[in-house]
Amino acid sequence: MVKCEECDAEIKIPEDSIEGEIVSCPDCGSSYELVKIEGGFTTKPAQVVGEDWGQ
Amino acid sequence: MTEGKKTSSSLTLLYDTIRWEEKAIYEAAKKKGIEIKNIDCKDIVLDLNTFSSEYTNQTIIQRCVSYFKNLHSTAALEGLGANVINPLNTNVTCGNKLFTHMLLQKNGIRTPKVITAFSPKSALSALENFGYPAIIKPTIGSWGRLIALLRDKDAAKGVFEDREHMFPLYHVYYLEEFVSRPPRDIRAIVVGDVVAAAIYRYSESDEWKTNMALGGRAENCPITDELEEVCIKSSRAVGGKIVGVDLMESSKEGLLVHEVNNTTEFKNTVKITGINIQDMIVDYSVNYQIN
Repeated sequence: MVKCEECDAEIKIPEDSIEGEIVSCPDCGSSYELVKIEGGFTTKPAQVVGEDWGQ
Repeated sequence: MTEGKKTSSSLTLLYDTIRWEEKAIYEAAKKKGIEIKNIDCKDIVLDLNTFSSEYTNQTIIQRCVSYFKNLHSTAALEGLGANVINPLNTNVTCGNKLFTHMLLQKNGIRTPKVITAFSPKSALSALENFGYPAIIKPTIGSWGRLIALLRDKDAAKGVFEDREHMFPLYHVYYLEEFVSRPPRDIRAIVVGDVVAAAIYRYSESDEWKTNMALGGRAENCPITDELEEVCIKSSRAVGGKIVGVDLMESSKEGLLVHEVNNTTEFKNTVKITGINIQDMIVDYSVNYQIN
């Protein structure tokens, strides 16, 4: 479980998560990228969409 | 180089964002007991002044969603001797609608009619003969961004004026016919020489674009002999290994290919059709060529 940087809500990290996966805050919808740390994950704000993203 | 000579005991998945597709490929490989390493493109540094690296002879599934990261990392890794799926030439072609159009046409694959011009004046003049409505598309771009329906000359003039204040890429006027068709298009996933599955993508009621990124819904699309043939030919035309072919059903000309995607999304296709595309991608990749 981590806290949303925007609204402080709790974000659940599923057990089968992998590094780099995107999780969203259930309350405000902010997106975070999972970063592996010892014993679990922390989060950093995710790039939601780039100008050259697609397909 | 020939494909399928030797199998790769491990795979690398290069990403910049882990979406449903990347996780599905990763988990499919794990389930098969294949060693797979996920590498974040944002973390790598490649020394381009050598002929070999830790990536030499590695089979890399290129999954960067950023087109420019995708293209340049593929160029670097391929130069260092990695077997990247899809290869650089495929990514160069598929990332550019004009390049794709020319190759499809050259290979006898029906595709919407297009004209291109390089100034607002010549584009407006050309549209007088080409006719309205027409669609303007950036030659590089996805998810329906900056695509506009030009219903008449006034609309065209407005859009062209805006474009003159944008990045030079948008000064290439790529103008496509507005194809009369049902309110849907087709996305077919091709893995090697197999059309794995296909879906119809329906546009939202107030949206003429059918990109799933803009909403809309999807349904299973039967793979007819014609669809299969067109998709395989399209994939081969761009040198594709794993691609998503987008088609329209023209009321006048039948199936028209309007795009081939080199880092295709397939989440909706798997969910709608139940076909395990991620397994097919892993199976294809482990049997992919070794230098």
